[in-house]
Amino acid sequence: MGVEWGRIVELWPDIQQAFFETLIMISISFGVAFLVGLPLGILLFATERGLFWENRFAKSVLGFIANMIRSIPFIILLVALIPLTNLIVGTTIGPYAASVSLSVAAIPFFARLVETSFREIDKGIIEAATAVGATPMMIIKDVLLPEAKPSLIQGITLTLISLIAYSAMAGVVGGGGIGDLAIRFGYYRYDNTIMIVTVLILIVLVQVIQQAGDWTSKIIDKR
Amino acid sequence: MIEIENLTKTYTTKYGTVTGVDQVSLTVEEGEIFGIVGYSGAGKSSLIRCINLLERPTSGAVRVGGSDLTNLSGEQLRKARLKIGMIFQHFHLISQKTVYDNIAFALRAAGTPPKKIRERVDALLEMVGLADKRNVFPGQLSGGQKQRVGIARALANDPTVLLCDEATSALDPNTTLSILQLLKDINRKLNITIILITHEMNVVKEICDRMAVMQDGRVIEEGAVYDVFASPETELTREFISSVVSFDVPEPVLASVSGTLIRVLFRGNAAGEGIISDMLQHYGVKGNFLHGAIEYIQEKPLGIFVMELAGQPAEVTDALRYLENRQATVEVMKYGR
Repeated sequence: MGVEWGRIVELWPDIQQAFFETLIMISISFGVAFLVGLPLGILLFATERGLFWENRFAKSVLGFIANMIRSIPFIILLVALIPLTNLIVGTTIGPYAASVSLSVAAIPFFARLVETSFREIDKGIIEAATAVGATPMMIIKDVLLPEAKPSLIQGITLTLISLIAYSAMAGVVGGGGIGDLAIRFGYYRYDNTIMIVTVLILIVLVQVIQQAGDWTSKIIDKR
Repeated sequence: MIEIENLTKTYTTKYGTVTGVDQVSLTVEEGEIFGIVGYSGAGKSSLIRCINLLERPTSGAVRVGGSDLTNLSGEQLRKARLKIGMIFQHFHLISQKTVYDNIAFALRAAGTPPKKIRERVDALLEMVGLADKRNVFPGQLSGGQKQRVGIARALANDPTVLLCDEATSALDPNTTLSILQLLKDINRKLNITIILITHEMNVVKEICDRMAVMQDGRVIEEGAVYDVFASPETELTREFISSVVSFDVPEPVLASVSGTLIRVLFRGNAAGEGIISDMLQHYGVKGNFLHGAIEYIQEKPLGIFVMELAGQPAEVTDALRYLENRQATVEVMKYGR
């Protein structure tokens, strides 16, 4: 299974395009996951017993929805959400269309990671803030988020890497991307060159994100 | 100032209902330092956490400066908490924020304008002796310094009450003393009422005016610290006192004593030794000191002597009566053979 350099040059525009498609899908879906998942994670945590927004009903409803979405295999979610995608994007193919399902899958994933990050915070610190007379919004902004920041960055890293893996399946709805290229050329057509090149790109991408995440998480931690 | 009335706190666990605090009523006067001692599980921690409603009492009332906190709405309670400072055994500072920001946080909770926050934080840091640690993160501070930040944060909004939840239990003895000194200074200078809970009797002896002893969720003894030390009423209190002022005579020494063994206690500035020497001169008894010291509780001396009296039984009885007439408390530990 030799690598033919000629193939790479030949398909370089395709690889480039696939790379950008991957970036588009990940950026959009991560952006949405962050904007929706973060507040959702805060709600999942703060509605817990003994906390400032204690609410058993809200907690179980939110928890149920998050679990439900997370239990659906991504490939099924991708197909099931075609009508919704059509409604939002106006088309069901391409990276933008794939971003819809990716976002839906990433929201509960990230929200649960956010919740877990908050759980790692010493309850005493939240209690001290309550005793000082802080409002719930102050506790979120000045206690939960800063205290969980190193752990939240690890969560972001994990979400990004999972999104790269999920985005490979976006090919099913014509989403494109590096993973799709690997499947179409490498897997279906036994094109080893493309397979190796695309997998290498994915490896580098994942490594870079993981390293950057670890480094940032460490640098900002003041403990 | 602070009135706790019939406060009960029960917890529902997997194994049934547990009563943490059982029908406790206490009144703490303004400007007082009130200590609550007890072993872990005695309910003292639950009790102090019920004062600022970190835990909601199952029944009973908590009045701080008149209003019953248990009747307040969420926002009213938050406002009330601004005036009730609290410090903790493990400090509970925001680890990702500087010393300055930790204290500023409390001021922002009260809606203090940014310009005033700066002045106030600097003044507080000056007061707790950490002016040079302004921009340092808690992780770089020692335990004592962290507690000083905790104190500065608790005092930020000029509270009338300061609750101390085992505030010195994680600190070494020297640091404990310096933190206690700081608390005493704050109490004197700012006239803040302090309630502290601890399992260390020396903390109470060092700074408290009055104290209560808790066991199984109940207050079993209460009074001025001096009086409790002078005449403890319960076995548990005696046990706690003996952890700081012990007059136990070793068993072999006790066995070798043939005369009457007594423990004499002089309160206030009664010149204990003078009275004893008077007694020895006036009566035909010989005295032999086995143990003794003058303890200072709240700067008031409390003299305790353990001694053996040898002589005719009648003379010994007269000598004891003499001591009692001179305001000493005499306890016969063992009669002579």
